[in-house]
Amino acid sequence: MTGCNDTPLGLINSIESFGSVDGPGVRFMLFMQGCRMRCRYCHNPETWSMDNAPMTMTPQEAFDKAVRYRSYWGKNGGVTVSGGEAMLQMEFVTEFFRLCRQDGINTALDTSGQPFVNEEGFLEGFRKLCSVTDLFILDIKHIDDEEHKKLTGFSNRNILDMARFLSDNGKHMWIRHVLVPGITDDEPSLRKLDAFIGTLANVDRVEILPYHSLGIAKWDKLGISYSLRDVRSPSAEQIRNANELLHTSSYNGYKG
Amino acid sequence: MVEKSQWSGFKGRMWKLEINVRDFINKNYTPYDGDESFLEPATEATNVLWDKLQALQREERARGGVLDMETDVVSGLTAYGPGYIDETTKDLEKVVGIQTDKPLKRAFMPYGGIKMAEKALMQYGYTPNAKLHEIFTKYHKTHNDAVFDAYTPEMKKARHSHIITGLPDTYGRGRIVGDYRRIALYGIDHLIAMKERDKSRVGTMYMADADIRLREEISEQIRCLQAMKEMATSYGFNISEPAKDAREAVQWLYFGYLAAIKTQNGAAMSVGRVSTFLDIYIERDLKAGILTEQEAQELIDHFVMKCRMVKFARIPSYNELFSGDPVWATLEVAGTTIDGKSMVTKNDYRFLHTLENMGPSPEPNLTVLYSSKLQESFKRYVAKISIDTSSIQYENDDVMKPIWGDDYSICCCVSATQTGKEMQFFGARANLAKCLMYAINGGWDTDYNEQIGPRYRRCQGNYLDYDDVVEKLQTMMGWLADLYVNTLNTIHYMHDKYYYEAALLSLIDTNVRRTFATGIAGFSHVIDSLSAIKYGRIRIIRDEMGYAVDFVNEGDDFPRYGNDDDRADEIGVWLLETFINMIKTRKTYRNSEPTMSILTITSNVVYGKYTGNLPDGRRASTPLAPGANPSYGAEKNGLLASLNSLAKLPYAWALDGISNTQTINPEALGHDEEERKTNLVNVLDGYFDQGAHHLNVNVFGIDKLLDCQEHPDKPEYANFTIRVSGYAVKFISLTREQQDDVISRTFHDRM
Repeated sequence: MTGCNDTPLGLINSIESFGSVDGPGVRFMLFMQGCRMRCRYCHNPETWSMDNAPMTMTPQEAFDKAVRYRSYWGKNGGVTVSGGEAMLQMEFVTEFFRLCRQDGINTALDTSGQPFVNEEGFLEGFRKLCSVTDLFILDIKHIDDEEHKKLTGFSNRNILDMARFLSDNGKHMWIRHVLVPGITDDEPSLRKLDAFIGTLANVDRVEILPYHSLGIAKWDKLGISYSLRDVRSPSAEQIRNANELLHTSSYNGYKG
Repeated sequence: MVEKSQWSGFKGRMWKLEINVRDFINKNYTPYDGDESFLEPATEATNVLWDKLQALQREERARGGVLDMETDVVSGLTAYGPGYIDETTKDLEKVVGIQTDKPLKRAFMPYGGIKMAEKALMQYGYTPNAKLHEIFTKYHKTHNDAVFDAYTPEMKKARHSHIITGLPDTYGRGRIVGDYRRIALYGIDHLIAMKERDKSRVGTMYMADADIRLREEISEQIRCLQAMKEMATSYGFNISEPAKDAREAVQWLYFGYLAAIKTQNGAAMSVGRVSTFLDIYIERDLKAGILTEQEAQELIDHFVMKCRMVKFARIPSYNELFSGDPVWATLEVAGTTIDGKSMVTKNDYRFLHTLENMGPSPEPNLTVLYSSKLQESFKRYVAKISIDTSSIQYENDDVMKPIWGDDYSICCCVSATQTGKEMQFFGARANLAKCLMYAINGGWDTDYNEQIGPRYRRCQGNYLDYDDVVEKLQTMMGWLADLYVNTLNTIHYMHDKYYYEAALLSLIDTNVRRTFATGIAGFSHVIDSLSAIKYGRIRIIRDEMGYAVDFVNEGDDFPRYGNDDDRADEIGVWLLETFINMIKTRKTYRNSEPTMSILTITSNVVYGKYTGNLPDGRRASTPLAPGANPSYGAEKNGLLASLNSLAKLPYAWALDGISNTQTINPEALGHDEEERKTNLVNVLDGYFDQGAHHLNVNVFGIDKLLDCQEHPDKPEYANFTIRVSGYAVKFISLTREQQDDVISRTFHDRM
């Protein structure tokens, strides 16, 4: 980054000073504005549009805000960028993370991987991002490509490519899977997902996120029709079963 | 130098030359840096007694909140013979003594005000005793009547309009902590001898008013010490001499506290910093092989059970201010010494463990004197107790210790006081949100349509101007400071005269230091209102007489306190600094030292009821934010941003305490118990390392409160405890209005 004109401006939906589940320890969280995917269960539909972001910030401004919370981070906390889809604003995230890393702050990126393109033109920038990111928290919505398209409107091929890329390049990952009864919880798919994760290196944690319907109100407010209205949250038994199928308890790297 | 056989094995010299419990503790306590694995479960006796007590508590609730009341006996140290939880199981009680003759029965205490004592009786369907009525109206004046004899018309008006309210003129001022440990360490006879010596040294040259009064007060104290002996004798104990073992130490100490709660119904009746002290006796007995860990835990469980039984007869207006029947039997654990060593002992674990052995409870008001430098194992255990019970509060030892030393107690909800060396003149609080309205309206009260404050020039024009409002606010705060201090001076003069705390002060140094504890209500709303005027464009809506009764922001959204935004937070710092310095220039009763709190207890609801629409958009009659908390819905950046705003307020300017209550959804605190403990410890470290003073931590979701409100009779809710501003309370014992207030506050639960 050289002059002011080159400074990428981040389009930001909101900040949360106390994140405790998206990455290790206590974390400052930036929720970026904008996402292409239209996941049917999305609980942040207000972050989809790239227009009308509630805030904009330079990486330096975001950094200045984040470090105010340093005293709460203890040994393992830090910053997490989430969204929306943070990778749509890769330049901003990279510069923000660079500033953090320069100051010894742990960085985590919570992403769906959807913007990933396995081509040199994209990878040049992505490698820079990787060099300043301590942890990738990657959502795999569905292992089956057709089902993934139905659920999100997009293919999962580049997302799985991204997972392999991270694995090949020694980057640490948490893999997350939202468990939606009747949609993402069938046994063959979970077994297939488990097998895929098994091929990856450096997976520190595999997490089941039980579907909840708390986002519905936001859809209603935005006037978008919500197609999962009749879907319930998974039962404790369904969650336990999915945890077993994905062998979540054997991924313990996050315990440090 | 005195020597006693009961002191065998104890080290040190200074505490033998003078009454000096702090020195005794420092020379003799055994720090503990292990974890909670040594703790023992409740004994059979504990379970039997606790079951009986819970049955009584259920019955109390079924009877509308009061189990039984005294009508015919004026409470006093020797007004009753011995009493027990249950006569048939009295041998199981390792610590004995109750306030009246029956458990949970509320004593008749007329000295604070006969009207109030009788009103409390009639409210629950009891008939006041006619003879006692005659005595306390015809032959003996009480505190409340005396205060009203001296009040000026202006004071009465300010009180009635609620710009100053919650004043201890209708109830005991409390907030005095006797050093109950002295009885265990020295025995009553030695304490009497010391007081006799003090008395002999007063008025030896010229007898001024102060000397005459002090001689009388010491005489009262000595009489109380003698009566304490008599009280103990009725239970079969001789407390003339020091305690010889742990059981006696707990019992002797408790007799001191019992003397306090038999004679005073103060708003707060703290137990004090007793944990480390008692550990010394327990350690000595454990080493000598005459006590087991199980017996040690039983002693602490039984002592705590007694603290859970303290009851006072209160009037409806008191319950409105301080909802849920609190007594603030505040009791501290942890802390560090002047030279920075941890004071955590095994006994701190035992006191916290009572919340596991006997379940969550609002009393005693367990307070952790926190420092990030305390050992990890202890910090993780307190975090676990918070997560499991929401029953404890945290106060920053690192900011209190430089002011109060390493033997302070918490005398109320959050205020510190040097144990055995100080007392406090409790001053409730002035409503600065209402004062802002007076500033805008030239002393006119739009809630009562009455001129209450001085008729200064009002804000002119259609829009509020920041500089103009600030100037007018300062002038009005000056008027309020005068009136407030004079009112408190009147109250405390009369309290000393008609409701003197002889039992408590007999266990405090004769040459007592006094603080004068004023307070602010409506803190967040004044900040947000001034910020609205500065950064927004606030149009005034006037009533037919031209007074401002509502406001509309026609400009930009404005920064609000609670988001770590300096533009708003700095206004808060200015407000605090301005008001405390106004108070400090006034003349206070008995040369007491002014302090300030930002602490409302649950009175934020009552204060709000009598406060109109404000420039920040808060609607008339809705609750003010509690304590120093940000306003409802103001926090847009999560818990830590809110904590950062609070941490900017200098404790040195608010030595009576800056109360903050936060509720965190368990799911938002981490994935599992281990993560939650780690994260809570990180939150506490980060907050207190920035110099913040106090934090109440609740860990539960809003669903639980809503369900509890709808189904209060579910057994799991019988002891469901939550922290509110400055104390803990059973949720089911709050009024519906107070419950709604708690529910409407911010829950940090972003997922």
